[in-house]
Amino acid sequence: MAHADDKATGIGDVLQNVVAWPIRILFKLIDYPVTAIQNVIGIRRMPWLFLLPNLAFFGMFVIIPLFMNFAYSLTGGTELFISERPYTGGEQYGFLFDCDNYADPISCREDRFWKGIFNTAVFIFFQVSFMVLFSLITALVLNREIRGRGFWRAVFFFPVLLSPVVVALIWKWILLRDGILNAFLISIGLDRILFFVSPEWAMFWAVFVSIWAHMGFYTLILLAGLQAIQPDLYEAAEMDGTSKERVFFRITLPLLWPNMLVVIVLALIKGVQVFDEVYVLTGGGPGTATQFIVQYIYNTAFTNQVQNFGLASAASMVLGVVLFVLTLTQLAATRRRDND
Amino acid sequence: MRRSLKLMAASSLFALVAGAASAQTELRMMWYNDGIEGEVMQSILDRFEEAHPEISVTLDVVPYQAVLESLPIQLAAGNGPDIARVTDLGGLSEYYLDLRPYVQDPEYWETNFGPFLDWLDPDGDAINGFMTQLTVTGPYVNRTLFEQAGVDLPGEGATWEDWAAAVNEVASALDIPIPMAWDRSGHRVAGPAIAQGAQMFDADGNPALVDEGLQRMAQLLYDWHQDGTMSLELWGSVSGSSYLGANEDFANANVVMYMSGSWQIPQFASTIGDAFDWWAVPAPCGPAACTGMPGGAALAAIGDTEHPEEVGILMDYLAQEEVLAEFYGRTLFIPGHLGLASSGIDFDTDDPRAAHALATFAGAVPSISPVAFALQGYPSNRVMFNALISRLNEAIVGELTLDEAYARMEEDIANQLAESDR
Repeated sequence: MAHADDKATGIGDVLQNVVAWPIRILFKLIDYPVTAIQNVIGIRRMPWLFLLPNLAFFGMFVIIPLFMNFAYSLTGGTELFISERPYTGGEQYGFLFDCDNYADPISCREDRFWKGIFNTAVFIFFQVSFMVLFSLITALVLNREIRGRGFWRAVFFFPVLLSPVVVALIWKWILLRDGILNAFLISIGLDRILFFVSPEWAMFWAVFVSIWAHMGFYTLILLAGLQAIQPDLYEAAEMDGTSKERVFFRITLPLLWPNMLVVIVLALIKGVQVFDEVYVLTGGGPGTATQFIVQYIYNTAFTNQVQNFGLASAASMVLGVVLFVLTLTQLAATRRRDND
Repeated sequence: MRRSLKLMAASSLFALVAGAASAQTELRMMWYNDGIEGEVMQSILDRFEEAHPEISVTLDVVPYQAVLESLPIQLAAGNGPDIARVTDLGGLSEYYLDLRPYVQDPEYWETNFGPFLDWLDPDGDAINGFMTQLTVTGPYVNRTLFEQAGVDLPGEGATWEDWAAAVNEVASALDIPIPMAWDRSGHRVAGPAIAQGAQMFDADGNPALVDEGLQRMAQLLYDWHQDGTMSLELWGSVSGSSYLGANEDFANANVVMYMSGSWQIPQFASTIGDAFDWWAVPAPCGPAACTGMPGGAALAAIGDTEHPEEVGILMDYLAQEEVLAEFYGRTLFIPGHLGLASSGIDFDTDDPRAAHALATFAGAVPSISPVAFALQGYPSNRVMFNALISRLNEAIVGELTLDEAYARMEEDIANQLAESDR
């Protein structure tokens, strides 16, 4: 028997050596240049070497385009290549911010930019508030011992996997004049509603569809936070006879707050960037009722015969500043939480 | 030994074929479809490749939106196709290839495509391509609905107001949801606006969109949206200059009168067929004229091509009278070839509605207003069309008054033209 074990060990060793041999060679091949570089730059600078590929990638696809975008925003004309575009300084920014009254978009020279900002603000207010609320409720329910919990978790997460265009088309077909929802309304004796003709309905469905599509992702973050809360805290509260409301407000919510913060800030950032779903669903209409800031940028740069890349870049920089401030807020809040 | 010889022979043959294949020039043609024209063009290209094995042509079929939005950027970046089917004829003229040195008989091109060559090159005398179709805007009506409602079709010389009254009568008698629908496009509005007296340009030839004629038409469209003659669903449900057609609603008999154009004929012949009498009617009149807008799509050679000689060979082949006769005949497109227009096309249809529509639109060409031709030939006409449709739409849905919309139209045009002149 011992003989058989020895044989098995022998085969295992051989297999291990066969697999490990090329890996060892590879490591040695990497080791020589890395050691040589370390001798030149010193061990303290070595982390930069390992960060270099990621930094190069980030620089090429984020930092350089950011500077290019800024450079474009200081130019005018319709030429594509920046070297051929005339320098206009801050003229594009001046055009965007030329308003008699910032609270009234119609008084602005570029009224559609301001309508885009106002519409985006309204969208964010409703979308983020209701998405965080519904995600929290859903996470709380899915965290309980309910029948078919895995199935329900999958159901809520499924829309996240769908392409935004698919999501928008599905809902568009439901909401059209001859769509399923109107067929249902007629079948129960109600009047047909032209959802995409009314500004209020169009905004409502833009918010609703966006929440439907993204809620699963935020629910998952909150669910992870709920599962990280120690069960003994709840057991202790139960033994003390604490009410359910008090447990929620004194234990669950404070301990879930870090995750809530992440959800709020991520939802805000995604809200500012809203475009694809709403563009397919409402086309920005009726009128400009659901035309958001990203659609304004897209239209300015691409759909007009005179493709105004300078103005679109200036609007992008304004949007970038808003996103930067939101990201800083998230970082500051996270840091404060870590310090606490 | 014999086997080795066979292998050697096979590999030599393979090398020969591979060599020949690698010597083949590949041309790319960007194309969009309104109906079956892509299918027809592909069959013609297959025959071209048989006749010219040294050239292969790839037909890249893209959505129309890509031709409007992506192609200009590709061309500006120098990454465009060799040939493209375009509708922004003069707007892209700086990117076209002058085929004059590469076609066998420039005189043939000038004789048969003369007036349309100017649309492609408004400031020069280049030969850039040919029209795959001429289009004329105009309305279709559902004649079956008129018959069922017992309402007579307004006759020759009827005004837009006469038609609005008639279609409302039909719609209310038969409970049809949309009495009248127009494509959501500035180009579609331009013809009727010119019929109302719009001049589009000032005395110096500069764009001057807003005048009394245009205001008359805008007021009519505004009123029709408020009184239910036109449904807000089409124009009101999107923003900016986005195009929306009512072709599906018309095909589903939800619309009594549909203002579109001749390019819908092949589609209606196949989707509606004889389900009801879809009937093209002459352009309704205004105080100044009874006119639609001319237009069309052209197949243009692109200047950045690396194979101008091969592009010339292909364009010469496609522009031949017998090839174009087949193309126009099978696609039911109004010919953009003067020789074929005068000799007549044997259209591949036995549908009397399609034949009548083709005759109606072709017959409308002589009555098209010179203002409409001037507007179609103006390279920045889309700036005017987009300003018109987007701002008029904002007035229709109540975001602007009509006067505010007029002021915004003029500002939009001035701003965009100033930007393009930098």
